[in-house]
This record gives sequence, C-alpha cells and structure tokens, in this order.
Amino acid sequence: MTGVIILLVVIAVVVLFVISMYNSLIQLRNRVKNAWSQIDVQLKRRHDLIPNLIETVRGYMKHEREIMENITKYRSQAMDAKTVGEKAQAEGLLSGALGQLRVQVENYPDLKANQNFLALQEELTSTENKISFSRQSYNDQVLFYNNKIQMFPSNIMAGMFNFKQEEFFQVEDEKERAVPKVDFSAQS
Amino acid sequence: MMWELIQANKRKSIVLFISLGITLLLLGYFFGGAYYPDGGGFIGIFFALIIWGILSLISYFSGSKILLAVSGAKEVTKEVHPQLFNVVEEMKISAGLPKMPKIYIINEAAPNAFATGIKPEESAVAVTAGLLARLNRDELQGVIAHEVSHIVNRDVLFVTFAGIMLGSIVLISEVFLRSLWFGGGGRYSSRSSKSSGQGQMIIMVVAIVFAILAPILAQLLYFAISRKREYLADASAVRYTRYPEGLASALEKISDTSIDLKSANKVTAPMYIVNPLKPKGMKLTDLTSSHPPTSERIRILRSISGGANYVNYQNAFNEVKRSKVSIIPSSGLTDNSQISLKDIAAAPIALGVSKQTKRDTGDVMMKVNNYSFIDCACGLKIKIPPDFTKSELFCPRCGRRHTIEK
Repeated sequence: MTGVIILLVVIAVVVLFVISMYNSLIQLRNRVKNAWSQIDVQLKRRHDLIPNLIETVRGYMKHEREIMENITKYRSQAMDAKTVGEKAQAEGLLSGALGQLRVQVENYPDLKANQNFLALQEELTSTENKISFSRQSYNDQVLFYNNKIQMFPSNIMAGMFNFKQEEFFQVEDEKERAVPKVDFSAQS
Repeated sequence: MMWELIQANKRKSIVLFISLGITLLLLGYFFGGAYYPDGGGFIGIFFALIIWGILSLISYFSGSKILLAVSGAKEVTKEVHPQLFNVVEEMKISAGLPKMPKIYIINEAAPNAFATGIKPEESAVAVTAGLLARLNRDELQGVIAHEVSHIVNRDVLFVTFAGIMLGSIVLISEVFLRSLWFGGGGRYSSRSSKSSGQGQMIIMVVAIVFAILAPILAQLLYFAISRKREYLADASAVRYTRYPEGLASALEKISDTSIDLKSANKVTAPMYIVNPLKPKGMKLTDLTSSHPPTSERIRILRSISGGANYVNYQNAFNEVKRSKVSIIPSSGLTDNSQISLKDIAAAPIALGVSKQTKRDTGDVMMKVNNYSFIDCACGLKIKIPPDFTKSELFCPRCGRRHTIEK
C-alpha cells in the first residue's frame, strides 16, 4: 500500500516538474516573440517612411540617382526577407544606403532647410535608434531562450515538443565592424 | 540585473528611512517631554507621526500633480515637439519601461529637466523650453536617459518620501524653536514643581540641542544618498544611450547658463537634472547639495572608455575621484557584458546661445500654447494665436496672402 502511495507521489512530482518546465519554455519563447515584434514594428515604420523620403529628396538631389535606387532596392529586399538573419542582412544594407544619403544631404543646403525633409529625417533617425535599442533586448531574450533549450534537463523537453533555437538579430554594420586604422605615415 | 540594482537601492533607502524615522520619533518625544513632563513624550510622538502621515499621504496620491503644477509644467502632444517624443520613446525602449511616460514642457528659458512618478507605470518627464532650444538631439537623449533612469531606479519614490521625512523633521524643529520664543518657556517655569524641575531642565536642553542638530544631520544624510543616486542615474544614462558625450555636453550647456529657474525651490530642487539653486562658489556646498558638482559629473562622463556598461562608469569614477568608493551597487558590476559605445562621428556641437535658440525657445512655447505657424515664401515665419478667427491673412513683410487651415 505504502509502495503505491510512494509511486503515485513520485509520478505526481515528475508530472508537475514536466509541466512547469514546459511552461517556462513557452514563456521564454513568447518573450522572444514579443521582443521581436518590438523590432518588427520599427522596421515596418522605417519601410513606410522611405517612399516619402525619396519623394521629398528627389526634387533636390538630381545627381544622386544611384543612392536612391539602392535605397529602393534594399527596401524591397528587406520587406521580402523572411527569416531573422535575412532581415538583419537586408536592413543592414538599407541602413548603409540611408547613411550615404545623409552624408550627401550636406551638399544641398536647400534640402537641409526643408521642413518636410527635417521632419522625415527626425522620424527616420528615431526609428533607427529604436531598432538598435530594441535589438539589445531581443538578443538578450534569445540568448536566454537558446541556453534553456540546449541545457540539461530542459533540452529533453525542447526536443520532445519541437522547440527550435531562435536567431540573433545581428546587423552587419560597417562602422561596428571596422577596425580602428592606425596611421604610421606621420611618424618617420 | 536591473532588478538587483533596484534592490540594492531599496536596502540603502530603508536604512535611511529608519534613521530618519527614529530621528523623527525622538524629536517628538523630546519636544513633548519638554512641555509636559508627565507622559508628554508620547503625545509628542503621536503628533510627529500625524504630521508625517498626512504629508506622506498627500505626496503619495498627488505628489506628481503638485510638483508639476508648482513648476508650471504643461502636458503636450507629439505635434508640439516630435523630437522630444521620439527621444522619450527611444529611452523607454532602451530602459524597458512598461509604459510611455507623460511629457511636460515648462515655460522657462533656463534649461533643466526632471522626472516624477512613484511607480514606473505612471511616470512623467518634464523639460523646460530653454532646454529644448539649446540642446541637440544627442544631448537631449542624454538628459532624457538620466531622467528615465531616475524613474527606473525608483529614485523618485526615494526623493519624495525621504523629502517628506526630512520636511517633517525640519517643520517640527522649527515649530518647537519658535514656540520657545513665544512664551513656551514661561509656561514651562510656571508648571514645573521644584522636584521635577531639574529633570525637566535637562530634557529641555536636550530638546533644544536636538532641534538644532537633527535637521542638519538629516539633511547631510539625505543629500549624501541623493548625490550617489545622481551618479547612478548618470551611469544608467550612459548604458541606455551608449553615448556619454551626449549627457556630458548637455550638462555643460545646462550649467553654463546664468538664467535662474524661477519655478524651482528648496523642496523641488533635488528632482532636477542639475541643481537649479546654484550655490555661488563655496566649498562647503559640496556637503549640503542634493547634486554632485556638475563639473565632476562631466569629467567622469568624458573619461569613460571601452564600453557603456556600469563597470566602465565605475572605472571612470575611480579615475576622476581618485577613490575606491563604489557608486554602483556590486550587483551592477558583476555584469561584464560588453556594451559598445556609439561612435563619436555625430554632428559638431555648436556652443553658446545664438539668436536662433532664443527664437526657438519662443516657438516651443507658442506651440505649447496652441499657436500655429505658416512659413511664408519670403522666409518669415508667421505665428498665429489660437484665438485668431479669420480664414486668411497677409504676410506682414512681403504682403503674400495665406489661407489658414483650421
């Protein structure tokens, strides 16, 4: 009789343990999803702003057709991208092209004084900042979730219920990758 | 991680609160005892607690509203200043605030800012029009990050309640000392019998000494912790923005101005990013100020190198102050993750107040007060007051006709 009770208790404990582990995996995965949606909102916002920007800029910058074509191209690439990795890559290219545009704007004083352009520029800068600030928290959540999936004993659960690892959102930014250049020519 | 920082903060606050609370009770006891030797001490304690309780309740339920009203702050919508809204939203994301703080603009030319809100869910950030006109985007971001971190670190809660306790102590001491002038002593001598006269005398002396010392000691304690919190808020701001130079140059600009903030007083002063009540060149003020010297905060921010995490701030702090005092609770320093600094290729920062910034200050205020604007082709910006009823007007400079869209 006592043997049966002990057996029942053990089974109950194991079941509770499994349930709580499953729930915590679900919770972590939802957090990753939530963090991603924060980024996604901003990415969409950026895609919406770009046509307006191109429209405003076109009248002023007649000689920068290449930059504008690039922006349009990368924008549609970014909108078509499916996985996190693809998106990150396309968004990185788009950021680069927008950065080039920003540099060129310096040569067009009329454009710099245009109220409409200034407002768009502010929205775009802010959207980019929001992307980079939410990227940090997304990547933190992904790290946490992936660790849980790989570590014992939760990895068994993850395998059984098909929890997959999530991708980090890493933007290939030229500036972040660049190694500081050391100029030795001034010596000698 | 952040949660542990808040916990460490809470523990320190509790120590402060307990010592302030004991001071308050002792004050009540001695003052009561000084007047009525038989059980008067407990009546004193009772009154001290009532004063403190009423003040606390008021500040808990309507402290933010009172503060905002006293400072003449006006809540604004995004149309008034899109950039301010964007920057606040960025910092909300970066700091992980659960809800967007309300945004207020104060109609003053002196640049300054403060945050309120007992709970992070119901917070507000207020900036002056002068601040908006003077700072560039990165600097504004630094200031907002500092304010948001006050909300996240629960500093508002601390400043409010410690301020209330301090206020009660000051108030009770003041009342007692004044009552001595107005015949309190007379009552004492007529009531005391010969046997208890001596003991009564001693309590009286203790009470007077206490009444003089308690407010001073309480203030020193309060300001010491308040200063430490300013450093912590700076460190958090660096972490949120990853750009220490933004806050550094904002602090420089704010402390550079000679305009006084009219709506600030002794009570609201600890709330602002830079002490609005500038002490004029005294060394003693280091101890009795709610804020660390701004020049020092700037030096620390500028010597941060290698990353934007708390460890980097602490290292810079040690370097500048040549001390090992830990500003960041130890739990903040165990996080060694590298947070890279934003590169400093930002637009050159113009110094000094130009005519343009003065004009911008005006524009911000007019927007807050519902003025609308028309850009005339001749370059003039026509400002239209909200009670202007006609549907068209002529540019006062070139005479072009403009129709007004309502």
